Amino acid sequence: MLLVNIQKKLQSLLLDVHFKADGEIVVLFGPSGAGKTTILNCIAGLIHPDSGQIKLNKRNLYNGKQKPMPIAKRHIGYLFQDYALFPHMTVEKNIRYGMKDEQLLHHLAELMGIKHLFGSYPHQISGGEKQRVALVRTLVTKPKALLLDEPFSSLDIHTKLACQDELIRLHESWNIPIVLVTHDIEEAEKLGDLILRIDNGQLFCPQ
Amino acid sequence: MDLTPLFLSLKIASMATVIVFVTGVFFARIITRRRFPGKRILESLLMLPLVLPPTVVGFGLLYIFGNNGPIGKWLLQWFDVQIVFTWTGAVIAAIVVAFPLMYQSAAASFQKYDRNIEHAALTMGASKWRVFWSISFPLAWPGLLAGLVLTFARALGEFGATLMIAGYIPNQTETIPLSIYFAVESGNRDVALFWVISILMIGFGAILWLNWWSERNILRLTSNQ
Repeated sequence: MLLVNIQKKLQSLLLDVHFKADGEIVVLFGPSGAGKTTILNCIAGLIHPDSGQIKLNKRNLYNGKQKPMPIAKRHIGYLFQDYALFPHMTVEKNIRYGMKDEQLLHHLAELMGIKHLFGSYPHQISGGEKQRVALVRTLVTKPKALLLDEPFSSLDIHTKLACQDELIRLHESWNIPIVLVTHDIEEAEKLGDLILRIDNGQLFCPQ
Repeated sequence: MDLTPLFLSLKIASMATVIVFVTGVFFARIITRRRFPGKRILESLLMLPLVLPPTVVGFGLLYIFGNNGPIGKWLLQWFDVQIVFTWTGAVIAAIVVAFPLMYQSAAASFQKYDRNIEHAALTMGASKWRVFWSISFPLAWPGLLAGLVLTFARALGEFGATLMIAGYIPNQTETIPLSIYFAVESGNRDVALFWVISILMIGFGAILWLNWWSERNILRLTSNQ
């Protein structure tokens, strides 16, 4: 279970969000600059809220009174908007960087159709391929929660639909909390078990 | 032709380059990645030798490392080590004068690539140390190498501060730039010309090699397109 209850003062707004996810896909939906990525960054530990609490499966990731848990110990997979693949490593080295399970690597690489890319460098593959490589790289670390920051925004419509279906299938077998950020309402409705609309740092639950 | 100035210059410049590389990368990393009070002041102090005349740097070093200076006196009393008029003094002068070049190159290199690349490695469970050696260092390497070559070239050509702290003692502190100056002073034009051509060739060769290497490798190491 992922519990997020955070407050953070940003340049032009006050971020104040509260939500809980068991094994669901939570979609954070809202315009650019509303604070969506900041929420993911707080959960991952890249930045810290001013106050509040973040809990994952009874482990305190952030609690205003204590020292925040270091990023590397949180066991949270994060798929960045621009994928953040290591440009100086091949696809295979990228995927093996934080790998915990060899079998899982082969299974996912097969499933996502990226095995033939193993010898390539990130600048040699397409946007859709980068997205799948980054997702597999995140999943082979066996995260206990998954954060996806506009993961399909740079893909063409066919690849986007295929990747969305893949995500739904993966979620069914993994059953971990997933927080997905998007500003595409159709994507939000297709993927989200729970859709939270963020506007000016405040959270609205339209459902 | 006595080649002592060449070997002495290479020894001094190499030692200074190693020290400047390690400290320059360390400070660049700290200053680009952390926030702390007085950060801007520290950064300005580190860059200061770049805008000061070498004689001012030499004067400062003479004051600090002179036999009556705060550090010089202490070194002399406790370790019987003298810095002024020794090749160690020349190394210190080269370090101080060349440091800003390495620092500036390293700081720019660490800011050049997307920070999320490091963040991604951290979220995959890697320690900060592993992230530095496997991600940050290789991605910054083209800029670090440029800083390294500039540092070496600057250290090799250092004159003013070296003359003030190490003086001109044949066979002991006689670097190529000092040899050129004193050869011209004593009317020994052939010797001066020999060293001028030598240092021109070393400098030109270093920059030529760096440009060739960069063209070959920078695209592969930094392209994220």
